Amino acid sequence: MAVATETPPRVSPARRARSRALARFVRHRLALFGLGAIIVLVLLCAVGPYIWPYNDLRIDIRHRFAEPFMSAHILGADALGRDLFARLMIAGRVSLTVGFAAMAISTVIGTFVGTIAGYFGGAIGSMLMRFVDAVLCFPSIFLLLALAAFVQPNLFTITLVIAATAWMEVARVVEAQIRSLRERDFALAAKVLGASDAHIMFHELLPNAVAPIVVASTLNVARAILLEAYVSFLGYGIQPPTPSWGNMLNNAQEYLATAPWLALLPGLFIILAVTGFNFVGDGLRDALDPRLDIT
Amino acid sequence: MTQPRQMDPGALLQVDDLSVRFRSDAGVVSALNGVSFAVRSGETVALVGESGSGKSVTSLAIMRLTPSPPGCQVGGHVWLRGTDGVPLDLLALPSEAMRKVRGDRIAMIFQEPMTSLNPVLTIGEQIAEAIAVHRGTARASAWDAAGDLLELVGIPEPRARLATYPHHLSGGMRQRVMIAIALSCDPALLIADEPTTALDVTVQAQILDLLRRLQKRTGMAVIFITHNLGVVAEIADRVMVMYAGRIVEQAAMRTLFQAPRMPYTVKLMHSVPRLQIGGERVVLEAIPGSVPDPTNLPPGCAFAPRCSHAAEGRCDAVSPALEEVGAGHFVRCVRWREIADGVGR
Amino acid sequence: MTRFLLRRLAQSLVLLWLVSVIGFAVLHLAPGGPLAEFTLIPGMTTAQLKLIAHQMGLDRPLPVQYWEWFRRMLAGNWGRSYRDSQPVLYVIAAHLWPTLELMVSSTVIAILLGTWVGVLGAIRRYSVFDYLATVGAMIALSIPTFWFGLVVIYIFSVKLAWLPAGNLYTIGNGSFLDYAVHLISPSIVLALVTIAIWSRYLRASMLEVVNQDYIRTARAKGVPEQTILFRHTIRNALLPMITIAGLQLPTLLSGALVTETVFTWPGMGRLFLDSIGYRDYPVVMGILMFSAVLVLLGNLAADLLYAAADPRIRLD
Ligand SMILES: Nc1ncnc2c1ncn2[C@@H]1O[C@H](COP(=O)(O)OP(=O)(O)O)[C@@H](O)[C@H]1O
Ligand code: SF4
Ligand SMILES: [Mg+2]
Repeated sequence: MAVATETPPRVSPARRARSRALARFVRHRLALFGLGAIIVLVLLCAVGPYIWPYNDLRIDIRHRFAEPFMSAHILGADALGRDLFARLMIAGRVSLTVGFAAMAISTVIGTFVGTIAGYFGGAIGSMLMRFVDAVLCFPSIFLLLALAAFVQPNLFTITLVIAATAWMEVARVVEAQIRSLRERDFALAAKVLGASDAHIMFHELLPNAVAPIVVASTLNVARAILLEAYVSFLGYGIQPPTPSWGNMLNNAQEYLATAPWLALLPGLFIILAVTGFNFVGDGLRDALDPRLDIT
Repeated sequence: MTQPRQMDPGALLQVDDLSVRFRSDAGVVSALNGVSFAVRSGETVALVGESGSGKSVTSLAIMRLTPSPPGCQVGGHVWLRGTDGVPLDLLALPSEAMRKVRGDRIAMIFQEPMTSLNPVLTIGEQIAEAIAVHRGTARASAWDAAGDLLELVGIPEPRARLATYPHHLSGGMRQRVMIAIALSCDPALLIADEPTTALDVTVQAQILDLLRRLQKRTGMAVIFITHNLGVVAEIADRVMVMYAGRIVEQAAMRTLFQAPRMPYTVKLMHSVPRLQIGGERVVLEAIPGSVPDPTNLPPGCAFAPRCSHAAEGRCDAVSPALEEVGAGHFVRCVRWREIADGVGR
Repeated sequence: MTRFLLRRLAQSLVLLWLVSVIGFAVLHLAPGGPLAEFTLIPGMTTAQLKLIAHQMGLDRPLPVQYWEWFRRMLAGNWGRSYRDSQPVLYVIAAHLWPTLELMVSSTVIAILLGTWVGVLGAIRRYSVFDYLATVGAMIALSIPTFWFGLVVIYIFSVKLAWLPAGNLYTIGNGSFLDYAVHLISPSIVLALVTIAIWSRYLRASMLEVVNQDYIRTARAKGVPEQTILFRHTIRNALLPMITIAGLQLPTLLSGALVTETVFTWPGMGRLFLDSIGYRDYPVVMGILMFSAVLVLLGNLAADLLYAAADPRIRLD
């Protein structure tokens, strides 16, 4: 006679094992969905403006506040009658470019700081990491706005400013990884063989830290897109008439009652892009570095 | 409700053909394969065997603390004589009824005193909780009773200790607290799963001594799990030797030590750390080889791959039955008679 | 405890010093540096500016300047806003309360909801609810706060007209109810991200506690499952959450700034944004430093609270 025993959590190990596989699969699916969303968005923004009949800057006062799906302006038009879909695609170019570029810069800074700190450890390492902690004490939007307010806002400066506030996580991840790798045999062997510090750091150790860097960088794209949206929404990022997903929402609040799509649509594009990168990052973390998983 | 085929009138607990299987990524783990034994009121039975032989799983299955199906399948019967003398099949009990058995009729202490107590509750709270759960006692009197229990298990300044947290206590003291919790509701049976393994030698001796005294005083039955035969000699009335999820030899303690019949038991005895012989520490010889893979048990005698008496065609053919070799002495070995007669070498 | 306290205090002081260095660096990055406010005054000549620079000590070596600035900061002399010439700390204090109110109410919402979601996700692991909570949290972390704010205003203020679209209270109506009603939308908006983070971490923490030996002990004692959950599991799982809560402060402050902007909430975030608009550098710098110090103290407080809540750290 087989007997049921009970021990909560109510889910059994076998069902749990099955469910765990399912959970893996679902997250895998989410990552694929994220990747799909990113590819579609990138293609749309890159190619779309060449195909779409409307120009993002063309003012057409007759069609101002055209509602979505009611006219040839498929996603409607803004207060000046500019086609929203065309603007969203051009804005996407800007936002995605800033996202990728800021990620690249912050990854380089973070990797550099993290590698130095992790490799040398001691006073240098702890000083660098305390510096990272100190920068993290500043709420990122505050720091971002303060820096952005000092510069002439354009694509380049905004990217730099975002990168300057987003490199710390990468530094932490890399530092931890390099610190744990430093004592391993191959690093010691290289040292004994007389390899230079720089060689050991960047040729022996760093390649072993690629997985967590890739994960952190992917999540950093999401973060950079969000930060761009915030700073542009608040008026200190990308300046009109250049559209970005963030600055398109800039004046949307005043039209919320009459033309809510002006606020809703750019937000949905931001969410799609950010969710996409977050899903992919989460999936990569699952695949490459399960230790980092908190779920 | 099903009745036991026969429950020994003197038995407090009777385990019939208990089997436990885990489903894991590596395959089906047959942790227990038809374990049967009985425990009489007031006696101390030792369950010995190497690590991985299924001792803990046996105790958890009796308590119904194994994971729930289908990840873990439990088969067989566990009969416990109820307070009214009527046998209860624990494995068929509704969960609420089983919960009331736990900590009340059967109590358990574990191997890891350092992690077995809740770090954020005081010792008093954790003892009083057990009393309150089963006796519905008011807080104040449960607290008083907890103080008495701490005194009983030999903790200095027992009443002052009630308000302290587990981390203030050493491993030995924590195990005393665990014992106090276990004794709080006067259990008829105490299952002690390697209660001294994690402790250092002098503390081990104290805890053993304490358990022996308490057992005498309360008259409870004890299943004492250990992998250390030296400990067995100090505490047990009877011994059950477990290997690969089966009981392979069972006898009164003296009989087992004087005339072990199962080659595994013999090996196990040679690996006992007889601590002081003429002031010298004896280096023990380990049993060669390792316990078989529980996902893939060998056919026939599970000990065959490591047994110096193993005979091809016999030991690996059929699983040996449990044979009575003397009064209350059972062995699961096809060659026990030859070996006993000295033919087996 | 004392040693732990002293070590944490020492660490915080080092961080405070580093924070001040960063603040000083940012200040000198500003176009015109600390002189900026004077360069904006019409009719300023270069000679006058030079004189002012000399009087402000800006021609001295940077370390000396830093030391002077740091000393003044410590003494509470954070400069004056040049919008209304009020001392910076005074201006900040005047805007602090609405921000704290918003942060506290949103944190309460987030902890209640996040705990519920996290606990349920852990005890019904891999259930439909758990999936939805997991995916929902990831999406919630991808939603820009200001956009969520606009959606909430659109639904609850524009369409349903249940809640006000912003401000601290209705002018001419000082009732408690009026205050409370105004607090609902911004609190929910600010709570979104915290709910997501809190529920994820709590779920992970629960799953760790569930496998602990002392939970098995409780079960072996015959404690009912309900009691095990509330008295043993959740209690232990919440402990590390104190630290997590402390670490969320910067995110919460950033969110508050954005929320205050959307809901025209007269708090510190709004003040910060307005001050940037007016190039009111003393206030901008003040708030920047103030928020970092707030975060620092918040983390310290979380650590002390943790030490107080976890008996293993307590020392008699
Ligand atoms: N939860 C579990 N899942 C899978 N296998 C288990 C589980 N618990 C125990 N086992 C397996 O059951 C066998 C017996 O384990 P156990 O009873 O703990 O041995 P011991 O005699 O050392 O107490 C071992 O092979 C162990 O791997
Ligand atoms: S049955 Fe054979 S292999 Fe098993 S213990 Fe006896 S002699 Fe050894
Ligand atoms: Mg065991």
